[in-house]
Amino acid sequence: MHPAFQGLLTIAIGVSGCVGYFYLSNQFLDRVLFPPRGPNAGRNINRANMIRPWLFLFPALAALGLYLAYPVVETLRLSLTDRVPGGGYNWVGLDNYIQMAKEPKFWEAMRNNMFWLIIVPAMSTAFGLLVAQLTDRIRWGNLAKSLIFMPMAISFVGASVIWKLVYDTRPAEQDQIGMLNALYIFFGGTEPQTWLTIPFWNSFFLMVVLIWIQTGFAMVILSAALRGIPEETIEAAILDGANPFQIFFRIKVPQIKTTILVVWTTITITVLKVFDIVFAMTNGQWETQVLANYMYDKLFRANDWGVGSASAMVIMLLVAPILVWNVRNARKEME
Amino acid sequence: MSDIAGTKPALRWVVHASVLFLVVLWVVPTLGLLISSFRTADQIATSGWWRSLFPSEQNLTLRSAAPETQVLENGIYVIEGNLFDEGTKATISKWGISSRAIDAFAPGETAELRKGGTITLDAAGNYRMENPDEFTGSRGSRVFVTAELPPEFTLDNYHKVLLAEDSTDSMGRAFFNTLTVTIPATIIPILVAAFAAYALAWMDFPGRALIIAAVVGLLVVPLQLALIPLLKFHLNIGIGKGYLGVWMAHTGFGLPLAIYLLRNYMAGLPRDLIENARVDGATEFQIFTKLILPLSFPALASFAIFQFLWTWNDLLVAKVFLIDASGQTTVMTNRIVELLGTRGGNWEILATAAFVSIIVPLIVFFAMQKYLVRGLLAGSVK
Repeated sequence: MHPAFQGLLTIAIGVSGCVGYFYLSNQFLDRVLFPPRGPNAGRNINRANMIRPWLFLFPALAALGLYLAYPVVETLRLSLTDRVPGGGYNWVGLDNYIQMAKEPKFWEAMRNNMFWLIIVPAMSTAFGLLVAQLTDRIRWGNLAKSLIFMPMAISFVGASVIWKLVYDTRPAEQDQIGMLNALYIFFGGTEPQTWLTIPFWNSFFLMVVLIWIQTGFAMVILSAALRGIPEETIEAAILDGANPFQIFFRIKVPQIKTTILVVWTTITITVLKVFDIVFAMTNGQWETQVLANYMYDKLFRANDWGVGSASAMVIMLLVAPILVWNVRNARKEME
Repeated sequence: MSDIAGTKPALRWVVHASVLFLVVLWVVPTLGLLISSFRTADQIATSGWWRSLFPSEQNLTLRSAAPETQVLENGIYVIEGNLFDEGTKATISKWGISSRAIDAFAPGETAELRKGGTITLDAAGNYRMENPDEFTGSRGSRVFVTAELPPEFTLDNYHKVLLAEDSTDSMGRAFFNTLTVTIPATIIPILVAAFAAYALAWMDFPGRALIIAAVVGLLVVPLQLALIPLLKFHLNIGIGKGYLGVWMAHTGFGLPLAIYLLRNYMAGLPRDLIENARVDGATEFQIFTKLILPLSFPALASFAIFQFLWTWNDLLVAKVFLIDASGQTTVMTNRIVELLGTRGGNWEILATAAFVSIIVPLIVFFAMQKYLVRGLLAGSVK
């Protein structure tokens, strides 16, 4: 069967299955199980209303449980076991973690991830805030924002190709076709550089790609926050003789602090999961390894599920504080 | 109003200039790829894409028409023609007939051919070869020219990438595979999430707050954790690697955001509306389908765009749950990564392939930006 046809069939089955489930289960509840008629009509309505939320929730909860909650537990279990050849698992305690801690590649990934975690959210938020502020009052601001927002739609892989062309290197005697080298030579560089193979600095060239993508996200949200600032506060500052920089840093930024924090943490999570960019551009060579790619290497190249799961747990551990913070905020809001 | 940019004209110019600078910085890399996708391999390899926008001076090796086209005019054998392809408007500044002296002659001058006869060439590439004896050989004479060529672009790369029969370069199949992954993976989670969101927004039951908190928590769980347990699960229940698996995985991974966005939106709908409907005797199912769903269209659209972009652009989930050894089910992002490996130097193929995969999200992005922005704001600003 042609996959496209299979796709259409799946849409049909999936959609009609969902609709059918919700419709029929509701009918069953109202007509058969607790009909709102007869001597117990009142009690039946109450009972039906107690069950109905769970009918509505069931498919979503089942999918969430199976596809997100269960894997967390299962990964934890896998990280504490080793596969025995021929099937089955062996409990090995923390051996996988110890083995991982002995690998220099793991520490390289940790070190790089730390740089990613500091630089990408900081730069994206800073650029986003800068663009949001600058475009706020100019006539073509919306067009400018639209263009800077655009990379959000581009896949990490597509972005990797785009930037690989920017970083391309040709031998010194030829014309450079990569923009970075062309500029480098133009401004007096002698030898064209292979940017992605210079240890330590190459990680920063990879980060540029993610900053390029994430700035638009930061900009959109911060721009809305800037517009939400009450104008009186700014007018008061102007009357008191504040200059534009003081208004920006002393009046505006403090008022949107929470939003900045939200943007920062959201980008932090994206950074922790970043895989495609490193995978497509260097595949972790030349000391550019990051955790997510390290994990992929372990799981699917080395086929070492134990250590792979252990490194996935490290990612989970790094995300955990943000998770707790988010949940706490959400609960506060609901009260 | 505090128009920072308006207070001083000098500052206003600085603002405009910096915004322009940033926009250029953000757009130029993509532009480079787009322009490269319309250039030939030779062009890409020999000059930066930014040069292709202007006429360029190039050294070319061209060939006159073959001797078989010669005609006899008044006892002299003559071959006439133009060195360039039809439609090319080049201006020759220097030319030669030997690779050791490619700039020996100026346009309009006449050169002695080594095999006998003469050739006269003008700046537009028109030549006239004369020889009292018959021209021999099967091929025309080589002419080396230094010419200024206008910008030249081609659609050949797209033709090759989209329609080529051999599977190594073809993106056509991958394009359809991506589409096949994307559409069910966008529609199904919306439906599942919409019902759940309604229950979480407008039904009262014990444990509601807990479930909402759990959804917020699951929003940030890295899907890396899910890879091995779910692959194992899919293999155990017999789905294996394939479309069904990838659809289910995308549905699962998309649900927290879908529920979160839709619940927030639905919770903001006017309470009167729903209570009036309840009083009028509408069942919950009717309220949901006839009232809530149509009213929630903006939120549904926001999530649909997110999920579409995310599944279209995804590499990891497809690699783990879909792509098997047969290579028949590859998606575009995966093809591009493979091309980066095997054809890292073939920029014309890479650029075109990448652009084919980028163009659909870009269209969606520009067409539905309003909803995307709304969704982002609903998802993060509190």
